[in-house]
Amino acid sequence: MSGHPHASNEVQSDGQLLDATDRQIIVATQAGLPLVAEPYAVLARQLGLETGEVLQRVAAMQARGIIRRIAAVPNHYALGYTANGMSVWNVCDDRIAEFGRQVGALDYVSHCYQRPRHLPLWPYNLFAMVHGRSREDIVAKVAAIANLLGEHCRSHEVLYSKRILKKTGLRIRE
Amino acid sequence: MDSIDASIVNRLQEGLPVCARPFDEVAATLDLSLDELLSRLQRLLDDRVLSRFGPMFNAEKMGGALSLCAMQVPVERFDIVAAQVNAFPEVAHNYERDHLLNMWFVIATERPEQALAVIRDIEQLSGCRVYDMPKQEEFYIGLKLAV
Repeated sequence: MSGHPHASNEVQSDGQLLDATDRQIIVATQAGLPLVAEPYAVLARQLGLETGEVLQRVAAMQARGIIRRIAAVPNHYALGYTANGMSVWNVCDDRIAEFGRQVGALDYVSHCYQRPRHLPLWPYNLFAMVHGRSREDIVAKVAAIANLLGEHCRSHEVLYSKRILKKTGLRIRE
Repeated sequence: MDSIDASIVNRLQEGLPVCARPFDEVAATLDLSLDELLSRLQRLLDDRVLSRFGPMFNAEKMGGALSLCAMQVPVERFDIVAAQVNAFPEVAHNYERDHLLNMWFVIATERPEQALAVIRDIEQLSGCRVYDMPKQEEFYIGLKLAV
């Protein structure tokens, strides 16, 4: 397991990414934002802070990319996107950046990443999550991606999800 | 779910402004009262149409690590291993997939070395090898689900 290219840290010069108050705000919101007219005032009362400080810190964390956005995360299944296939592709390493961008730009692809192969069991280095309303829909979309990659892709598979076993999003320990 | 719910789901995937009254603008755009927007949002969460609503965190920007892991779990032990894996707070998502590698989960940790520790613990508990597949490049991440 050693030596894997886990994402590098963007550690600031003081070595501090999150201070104790940022962490408190994250812990208080990781299950969700209070559904009230003034959610940050509720949070501020919970944490013993001023509303202005909470807003300023949340905005700063968003500016730094720690928070991608304040948004709803849909349950694909409940919305009728039941097929949800993880397509995986064995693409030439020297063209992967170009093809990754093309596949990632497709509107039915929600996530597109390069990941390491584990030969011989796992030869795939490009992952693209394909969403559709039926299995046939996914098959057609995957065929379109195969067509796009052409001879630069040696093999591919689609892994369908059978069951969500857990979906909580990121949790940090309290 | 009616057309108003659908418009709420579509609009709220885009994100809310960070301000004292973040729902006001959305309610106005959708021609809803604030109370109706909030009560419909609560019901969408209760009905599991939405998994959650709130800040979407990026573990890597916190200095942490995020990795996709896969395991080949014997079918007869699948539920036991699923419970063992799910018990780790660092496991954010876990899916059963129809492949030789039949369990796929995401580990999100504040520090990269914690991810490797969780992987070692899961291997020890489950007796299954964990194939660690941290992303090397991100080409797109976004949600474009139109309802």
